[in-house]
Amino acid sequence: MAIDWFRFGSPQAFFPVAGKMVPWFAFLAVAFALPGLYLGFFVAPTDATQGESYRIIFIHVPAAWMSMFLYLVMAGWAGLGLVLNTRLSGMMASAIAPTGAMFTFVALWSGALWGKPTWGTWWVWDARLTSELILLFLYLGFIALKAAFADPQRADRAGAILALLGAVNVPIIYFSVQWWNTLHQGASVSLTRAPSMAATMLAAMLLMALAAWMYSIAVALARVRSIILERERDMAWVRMSAGT
Amino acid sequence: MKPRHKRLAAIVAGLALIVIAAALVLNAFRGNVVFFFSPSEVAAKAVPADSTFRMGGLVEEGSLKRGADGLTVQFMVTDTAQRIPVVYSGILPDLFKEGKGVVAQGRLGPDGVFRASQVLAKHDENYMPPEAAHALSKAEAEKAAQSVVVPAAGSR
Amino acid sequence: MNWGSLSDFLAMGGYALYVWGSYGVAALCIAAEVFLLIRKSSR
Repeated sequence: MAIDWFRFGSPQAFFPVAGKMVPWFAFLAVAFALPGLYLGFFVAPTDATQGESYRIIFIHVPAAWMSMFLYLVMAGWAGLGLVLNTRLSGMMASAIAPTGAMFTFVALWSGALWGKPTWGTWWVWDARLTSELILLFLYLGFIALKAAFADPQRADRAGAILALLGAVNVPIIYFSVQWWNTLHQGASVSLTRAPSMAATMLAAMLLMALAAWMYSIAVALARVRSIILERERDMAWVRMSAGT
Repeated sequence: MKPRHKRLAAIVAGLALIVIAAALVLNAFRGNVVFFFSPSEVAAKAVPADSTFRMGGLVEEGSLKRGADGLTVQFMVTDTAQRIPVVYSGILPDLFKEGKGVVAQGRLGPDGVFRASQVLAKHDENYMPPEAAHALSKAEAEKAAQSVVVPAAGSR
Repeated sequence: MNWGSLSDFLAMGGYALYVWGSYGVAALCIAAEVFLLIRKSSR
């Protein structure tokens, strides 16, 4: 079976496909978020040490996971564009960046609101918090850098270099709690050992993470469509479909 | 070589250089990005003298004493090897408890007492309902009563 | 069920400001992103 992936790599072919997928992923995001919130607030028990304040975890951890994961996906698309010179790659990277920045902000914000009652401070300059703040600046820098170029191809190339350089920061964020003394605690959920959470708490967190995943796909696809229209507005196929 | 392959090779080489540079920088940082020092390091004078620093460890069980004014507290911070007395006057975070993690910022006096200006609680990554925590601590107490081996302190 | 009443639920065991502050801002961010996208694509 041979699928011509390069055919879908063209903005013209991808545009209607993305349009068909957006409502499905938006639906899935809601379908995961509703039971996730229900489990998180009504089924998951109170935490023994933190009381109800721990319920921030159901938004904080999915947001933090997405902030790191989306950066890697964005850098991956940007790198692909650098190698293959495909038009769509740079657009995908641009479409992901604002959502990644949004999740990074939510992770930092909810972390501050969680830190105040539990640790006793809104913010500390420990390795985990500092590297996550750097991630926010990388997203914003990527968006600003791309906006600074009039020529989209040069913008893609410059953005790709920044995105790939910044990708080094992601493993630093993830492993910071193991490599250094930090105020932030270690990971509750990892691939190498059993999660250190009650089952319903874990289920709620994973559902919310899935919801964040589906939301990101829906939003990135919707955004890439408007980027395609904007960049290719002078192309014949856009003019044809616009009916001019 | 096709231009596409050339470009790929250049990017792979560039990325490899970045990774190597990052690894070197990280390695250099490794010992220096210290958010807090342990009581053992403080006792061994491995901390910057005459300056503010943070010390982290566990609040020793039974060491917490509250002053008459209700604000000043005194407790021992331990990493099970060394213990350093801490004096602090102010509001403690909700999670501050004997036997739990703590990070205190302040100065070490010539009398060996750490005078903290800020005390933060450091909690672990375990989340469980109160009943489970109760059962766990009961099981641990029974185990400790049966064996003479000192149980290891909780992870930092 | 964790909560005896609606006010119990809203109080979040005394952590209302922190819990609802987190979820509220997250909801705002998501709403703003979706709103901006819809406005942009409908033009």
